Amino acid sequence: MNSTQDQAEIFRGTAEGQTTLRDDRSTDRISAAAIPAFVFGEELADLADDDPRIVVLTADLAGANRSSDFAARHPARFFNLGIAEKNMITTAAGLAASGQIAYAATFASFCALLGAEQIRTDCAYPGVPVRIVGSHAGMSMGFYGSSHHALEDLGMMRTIADLTVVCPADANALRAVLRLSLSHPGAMYIRLGRGRDPQVYDTVPDLELGRATRVREGDDVAVLATGTEVHPALEAADLLARKGISVRVVDVHTISPIDVAEVLAAAELGQVITVEEHNVTGGLGSAVAEVLADRGVGVPLLRHGVPDTYVLIGPPGALYAHYRLDAPGIAGVVEQALASRSSR
Amino acid sequence: MTTTEPLTRATPARAALEARIRDRARFVRLETVRLSRIAGAGHYTSTFSCAELLATLYYSQLRIRPGEPQWPGRDRFVLSKGHAAIGLYPVLADLGYFDPALLDDYTRLGSPFGDHPDMRKVPGIDFSSGSLGHGLSIGLGMALAARVQERDYRTYVLLGDGELCEGQVWEAAMAAAHYAVGGLVAVVDRNQLCIDGFTDDVMAVEPIEERFAAFGWQTRRVDGHDVGALLDVLGSLPPAGRGRPQLVVADTVKGKGVARMELSTAWHVGNLAGDDYDDVVAELESGVR
Repeated sequence: MNSTQDQAEIFRGTAEGQTTLRDDRSTDRISAAAIPAFVFGEELADLADDDPRIVVLTADLAGANRSSDFAARHPARFFNLGIAEKNMITTAAGLAASGQIAYAATFASFCALLGAEQIRTDCAYPGVPVRIVGSHAGMSMGFYGSSHHALEDLGMMRTIADLTVVCPADANALRAVLRLSLSHPGAMYIRLGRGRDPQVYDTVPDLELGRATRVREGDDVAVLATGTEVHPALEAADLLARKGISVRVVDVHTISPIDVAEVLAAAELGQVITVEEHNVTGGLGSAVAEVLADRGVGVPLLRHGVPDTYVLIGPPGALYAHYRLDAPGIAGVVEQALASRSSR
Repeated sequence: MTTTEPLTRATPARAALEARIRDRARFVRLETVRLSRIAGAGHYTSTFSCAELLATLYYSQLRIRPGEPQWPGRDRFVLSKGHAAIGLYPVLADLGYFDPALLDDYTRLGSPFGDHPDMRKVPGIDFSSGSLGHGLSIGLGMALAARVQERDYRTYVLLGDGELCEGQVWEAAMAAAHYAVGGLVAVVDRNQLCIDGFTDDVMAVEPIEERFAAFGWQTRRVDGHDVGALLDVLGSLPPAGRGRPQLVVADTVKGKGVARMELSTAWHVGNLAGDDYDDVVAELESGVR
């Protein structure tokens, strides 16, 4: 792939193809196959070759989330509802109540936040197989600003009963989750980055929904990360290893239901650190806090994420660095946590 | 449940059908009164306004198999104005979807039957409802599923008139015309009132036909308490398939059948007690004027 083609690929994975969305987390060497939003439509199209139940809906973002790849191969099972997300979600529910498995995809802020009631009332409560796919979650939209960020979606979605909430860490994890979604009962919320996230899994992993995946062993401390933060957490563990600090990294891909056993196992190392591209209130950190508190496990918990604020304007990479959600930032946070623990 | 030959008003069979539907509409109203007493409160008036609509749909129009609630080829019915469920449950029981005796515990702890219908608990409920403005989108999805699966069922959605204030209704209206789902039939129970007063005062919903027509729908208007007219209008719908989505505006009276409740803002939710209960039952049994 020459650089022009490469750029075209990357632009298609962004909201509006702005070069300034590029940042230091991604590189031009990321292959299309390793980019989650890029595989979304293609993987579903592959699955739909053998499964007539699959239908895909979007709300004027077929290019950005690459549901266009599905549309090209299965046009009769693709529905673009225009800029009308509530109708998209509820229409998906009507399809799902009539024998289809419906994937409704748009930016996370415009499904999980704008369509929260439709997800609760029309998808989870009736228990129909709708898969809400929220891409460009967290603050990955960078300087597009807080209207386009979803830093509250995990908190909102995980309080909804009978809704499985999953954050695939990369393209291969997304493939795994989509395959599992064919037989998973009830509704799901699948949270994605903006499709530029580096590879965590070399091949499609054997994930089990509701059960976290240890992606690196370590015995000084456990970092529980989710979605887009799994890769920088692994990089941070590499940085810390050079300093003699052994960090376990766990991919908590399923936020609801949370993997209680893996949280308790992390606590056995004496301290738990959660890392998420989400407001520190309500998401992974809160879910872990509930597990620890419910069982009276008295270990320090550091919930690392975006502070309870609307983030600064800036390119995504600059924001990750500013809020210490890139690898050096996470490494620093872990080091500080360990230092404060040993000084206690 | 559809008849193979259209019944004109002139035939004895047609007259018998109309009489049957009128009787079942009275049954809907009487059951609404009975069940409301069990619950201690009920949406009497919103149900009375659509009693003939529910009866005509379920006892003549819908292609359904009560013994097979999940039959894939069935016509769908979405009660978008979910607060009229109290009138739908007795119809479903009467048709054999479940034991009518189950309704004796209406709304009590653990009952399948709440003020708004739950598809996971009640056989025959095609979709859960209660939050207004959602039903037309649900119906759109069901109609699109018919297209994907190459089935010819229709999807009927019963909306309230006040519900038309919800923006999502118009998102769905736009999309239904865009996708040319001719098998989608929206019926608006134009009973003139929402909770706080007349819709004309709270939020003007008219001109309903012109608004839907501008969105690309084929529209009709009918007296929603005239069973003969309802049969004619519903019988004239085009076959399901590609085409304009169909709107039926049914002019009705909120509280129809009980004089004290008709067009009264005091009775959106209420409870008949003591002699009032007996008086209303007697009034309904004497027949809707």
